[in-house]
Amino acid sequence: MTWEWDVIWQYFPRLLEGAWLTMELVLVSGLIGITIAIPLSLMRASKLPWVRVFPFIYIYFFRGTPLLVQIFLVYYGASQFDAVRYSIFWPILKQPYWCAIIAFSLNTAAYSAELFRSAIQAIPTGEIEAAEAMGMSKSVQVTRIIIPRAFGIALPAYGNEVILMLKGSALASTITLLDLTGMARTIIARTYTPLEMFLAAGMVYLAISAVIIALFRFMEYRFNRYQYYHHTDMPKNLDPLLRDPHIDQK
Amino acid sequence: MMNMRKLFATVALVAGGLMAAQAATAGDKIRIATEGAYSPFNMVDSSGELIGFDVEIAKALCAEMAADCEIVAQDWDGIIPGLRAKKYDAIIASMSITEERMRVVDFSEKYYSNVLAFVTPEGSDIEVTKAGLKGKTVGAQRATIAGQYLEDNLGDVVDVKLYDTQDNAYLDLASGRLDALLSDKFPAYDWLRSEEAKGFAFKGEDIDINDEIGIAVRKGDALKDKFSAAIKAIVADGTYAKINEKYFPFSIY
Repeated sequence: MTWEWDVIWQYFPRLLEGAWLTMELVLVSGLIGITIAIPLSLMRASKLPWVRVFPFIYIYFFRGTPLLVQIFLVYYGASQFDAVRYSIFWPILKQPYWCAIIAFSLNTAAYSAELFRSAIQAIPTGEIEAAEAMGMSKSVQVTRIIIPRAFGIALPAYGNEVILMLKGSALASTITLLDLTGMARTIIARTYTPLEMFLAAGMVYLAISAVIIALFRFMEYRFNRYQYYHHTDMPKNLDPLLRDPHIDQK
Repeated sequence: MMNMRKLFATVALVAGGLMAAQAATAGDKIRIATEGAYSPFNMVDSSGELIGFDVEIAKALCAEMAADCEIVAQDWDGIIPGLRAKKYDAIIASMSITEERMRVVDFSEKYYSNVLAFVTPEGSDIEVTKAGLKGKTVGAQRATIAGQYLEDNLGDVVDVKLYDTQDNAYLDLASGRLDALLSDKFPAYDWLRSEEAKGFAFKGEDIDINDEIGIAVRKGDALKDKFSAAIKAIVADGTYAKINEKYFPFSIY
């Protein structure tokens, strides 16, 4: 077995083309996913049982079945029905791109909704109490306290979900999309250098993850900055009366 | 002392057993990979058994060579890497002999010949020429001669869609996502006879690309000549024709 570096260099631009589609899929379905997840998680955190039922079933289904099955159901499954093929949705469902977006969005929405639900329930009750004591209405509480607080709490776990989604997006290659994995497999079909191409593709995935990790780390520092302790030196011109005599003695 | 002897005896027994097991796998047993998703050449029946033209040819060849064979299923796009990784010793899976593949594996003599053909909806007004297919969506299986032909000859004018299996390509042709499918002719011939293929037909002339189907083995493996000789033998004694007849009313050799 010989190792062919030149194949990697030769096809690297095409791999990057694939990487671009991968990032697009993750970003678009991530944004749609959050949009669906927020109302779902609020419903899941509701005290009324009948409000909790629908999101429960939705989340149960999408977490309980493999993403591959979901993609196949959307792409190959739906197109089996004439009713779908002759509907106004066909121009969208006809395209593998949108089928992938739909499947990924619904899937990530289920996981994110569960994350946000636990984040909502992790908000210290005192803060909600305080909001109520201030006379905030329920809707003001949601937009000013619950969502921003839950966002901060869910952030680290959500970063994890985005990385899982990045890797899940490789399944787009099964419905003819030339994402990073699809592109690698198509190149391999021609060059028979699976180790070289998959190694190169793996490196690109690592690079994309690094960007996602950095982005979330930055957001954590930004939105959860109150959680981090920053040491500050004591001002030199501090009023002597404010000094703690015990420390000075030391 | 007694214990020591017992221990030696056990070790010898186990080692002997292991060596015997190893001899059995390294000896006559030939492991053959096929895809199992390429009807009627190789597919899986309702009880999970591998069946089809390739499988019957493989069995006939093994009988001819008086070898003990095991046939395993392997996904198409990993089938050559698997051979090179010694997961099996030969590929009998309707694989075309191509220059690119010859760089990494050896091929026996051909055991059938293949042509390519376009399949479109019946009465479709598409002309299967470069000009006629301009801007259309045309599918093929990934890592096949058809897929490669499409990319090389029409890739600049048509939207090429590559599928993991031939079955998925049929599904998308049936759903109307594809304007045309480029396929090896014989499996498409078989599919067109099925219920799901109602309303579809071959379109235009066959594309003869001088495509021969052979058995792939690792580079330098002596199995290559054994298979070639066995193919000649089953063609000569009529076994081949009998198998051929079961699948196609014309000779595909």
